Formats: sequence, C-alpha cells, structure tokens
Amino acid sequence: MFLLLFVISLGLTIQSHSYHKSKFINSANFLTGGIYEGASGISNYFDLDDQNEILVEENNRLRSQIFNSNDSVAMETPFVDSLSYAGRYKIQTAKIINNNYASTKNYLTINKGERDSIKEDLGVITSKGIVGIIDNTSNGYARVLSILNTKSRINAQLKSSNHIGSLKWDGNSGSTTVQLTDISKFAPVKIGDTIITGGQSTIFPKGIHIGTIDLFDLDISGDTYTIQVKLFNDMTNLSHVYVIENLDSQEIKLLENPIDE
Amino acid sequence: MNSFNVNSIFRFVTLILIQVLIFNNINFMGSINPYPYILFVLLFPINNNRTLFIFLSFMLGLFVDIFSNSGGVHAAACVTIAFIRPPVLKFAFGMIYEHQTIKFNNTEFGNRVIYFSILIFIHHLILFSLEIFNISNIILVAQKTLFSSIFTIILCALISILFSNKQR
Repeated sequence: MFLLLFVISLGLTIQSHSYHKSKFINSANFLTGGIYEGASGISNYFDLDDQNEILVEENNRLRSQIFNSNDSVAMETPFVDSLSYAGRYKIQTAKIINNNYASTKNYLTINKGERDSIKEDLGVITSKGIVGIIDNTSNGYARVLSILNTKSRINAQLKSSNHIGSLKWDGNSGSTTVQLTDISKFAPVKIGDTIITGGQSTIFPKGIHIGTIDLFDLDISGDTYTIQVKLFNDMTNLSHVYVIENLDSQEIKLLENPIDE
Repeated sequence: MNSFNVNSIFRFVTLILIQVLIFNNINFMGSINPYPYILFVLLFPINNNRTLFIFLSFMLGLFVDIFSNSGGVHAAACVTIAFIRPPVLKFAFGMIYEHQTIKFNNTEFGNRVIYFSILIFIHHLILFSLEIFNISNIILVAQKTLFSSIFTIILCALISILFSNKQR
C-alpha cells in the first residue's frame, strides 16, 4: 500500500517537472479555482489602496504619452473600427486570484479561462513588466507559469542593442531578481541598462519592459554573459494583469515547423 | 466511532484550507513557509486501520498539491511519514506505546515535541528534495528544510497545546 501510493506520488512529481504535462494536478480546476477566488475576494479589500495607486500611475503614463505624441499624426489618423481592425495582438484584462513566489516552481492562478478564450502559451504582463506565460487552462480559470519558476524560459534582449538571450530563474535569488543568460560577449552590457522582451518569440510582443541590469559576469566558458536582472514588477504584489494573445502565432508556427503539421 | 469520523473529516478539511489559504502565503524572510497541515498525520488516532491511515495521508498531501501546483511532492512526503510513524512512536513514547493505550492529550510535552520534530523533519526533507529535484542545489534543500522545520515544529506544538486543553 505504502509503496503503491509512494510510486503514484513520485510519478506525479516527475510528471510535473516536464513542461506542459501536469494536466491533472493544478490549481486551475473548478474546485480550487472557486476557493481561491472566494478567498481573494476578501483579501482584495486590504490591497485596494496599493492597486489604485498602480492604476493611477499607469493612467498618468498613458496620458502623458497621448499628450506628448506628435499631434498632427494623431489627429489625422482616421477612426479605427475595433471590430475590423486587424491588429496583431489582442489584450484582455484578468485578475490574479492566487500568487506564489516562495517555492522554486511558482505558479499564479487568474480568474479567466477557456470561456474567455484564454489559451495555453499566451503571455501575461502588468503595467510595469512581464509576469509569465499561461500553461494550463480550465473553463473559468487559468494557471500562469511565473517567471519565478525554474522551468520558465523567456526570450529577452538588451534595449540598447539587439543582442538576445534567454531569461531564466535559478530558484534561490529571491523574488526580485532573474537571470538573463546567453548574451554574447560582444554585447555592450552596462549596469543600469534596461532589459526588454525580444521579438523572437510568438508569445510576447517586442519591447515589454522586464527589468534593469544589476550585475553581470562572463560565463565559465567565456563566450557569454550571465546578467542578474532586477525586475520592475514587484512579483509579491500583483493584482490586475493583462493577457496578450498574438493573433499571428498560428501562422508563424506553421511557417516555422511545416513538418509537424 | 461516529464522533471520531466527524472529528477527522472536520480536521482534514480545516487543515487543508488553513494551509493553502494562510500558511502558504506567510513567506517569512522571503521564502520560509510552515506546513502545519501534517498535524492530521501526526495526531491521527493510533489503534486504527493502517491501510486507511496511509490512504488518508496520501489524499491529504494530494489536495495540498493540487492547491499549490506542486505535482506530487506533498503526497509523497505525507505517505512516507504515515508509513514510518509506528517506529517513531515507539522511539518517542517508549513503554506507553507498547500497551496501545496512548492518547496524545495526556502524553508528556517533551515526548510529544520529540515525536513531532522527527516526523516533521523527515517530511520537510522529502518535500524539498523532491520539489527542487536537483543534486547541485543540495545546500538550498538543507537550508529550506532546517528553517521550515523549526517554524513548523513551533506552530504544531502551539496548536496542539491550544486544542488539547479544550478536550480535557
């Protein structure tokens, strides 16, 4: 009996270590989603002040963007019907109902799911920076693979040049820092520079802010930099997020892997 | 028997809810969380069906896993401590356990803390080694096990004192 159950749980553990396999044991199902939503409904009240401030900040920034943009261009742009507008990205809002950041494999749960046409592999961001990628959905909820997860890999680049690398997390550097690896040693890396998402993936649009360079040093092999990135986002205090869908991702994937289809 | 069942079910549900809604979000000093939900395993009545006990421990761990997105690590750790509980009981309580008359409410406090500490330490060790699953991070495993264990032991001792007085 013991051995049987122990083997089952080991199996579940190993399964959860491989990306996109943990279908069964996750917090995006009806029961757990419902309980978390109820609990976050209560705890949200204590956080309202902070969240209001974040929203005001964002409004402020967007307004200043509108007023400072080139007026003549803005005025002459014809009215765009949002239904027929063929944009590349579709953006939806969602709310975090469960947030983990203390373990080495962290996930978040949001209150939108397949019902709101949320699918796997959509990007999740806040007004300040990126949060993670959706990796599991149910009817009403979705689970987000946080950037604070040792399984997470995100394409990122320097803002000042086009050198790309991949963003990882080593699991023990706290909830404020992630690592950017595989940046070529010829890249102009400076402390304080901004890191943004790269345009190479079909998940995030190019140019979403991630964080600033805190520290960097050469790899053991001597060919690439490993950069410690200080996140703009406070991952411990998230509430409202945006889910980004790249409407062209199907087409791009089809083009890149024609053999799979 | 009936009151025992009701009591156990109540304890099962309450401990899981308290664990996932409160104790998983404590994050003391960044990342230290206690896991007092295993009190269910620690305080399960002794002269009972062993298979049922191991199975219930498995379900307890599995529910916590589902809530915290951790695969099967809690389930594995819970099943293990349920399995090795009898030898630890014998070690911690000695003679009283032999006579099968043990009631947790009237054991000595020192013995109880030793018993809790051993099982909690084993539970956390399995939990974190499976969660991190990487030999090169063994220091991180040891560190997390140590700090979380201390936290959990203190909480478990406090909770058991609180609730044992009421029942007397």
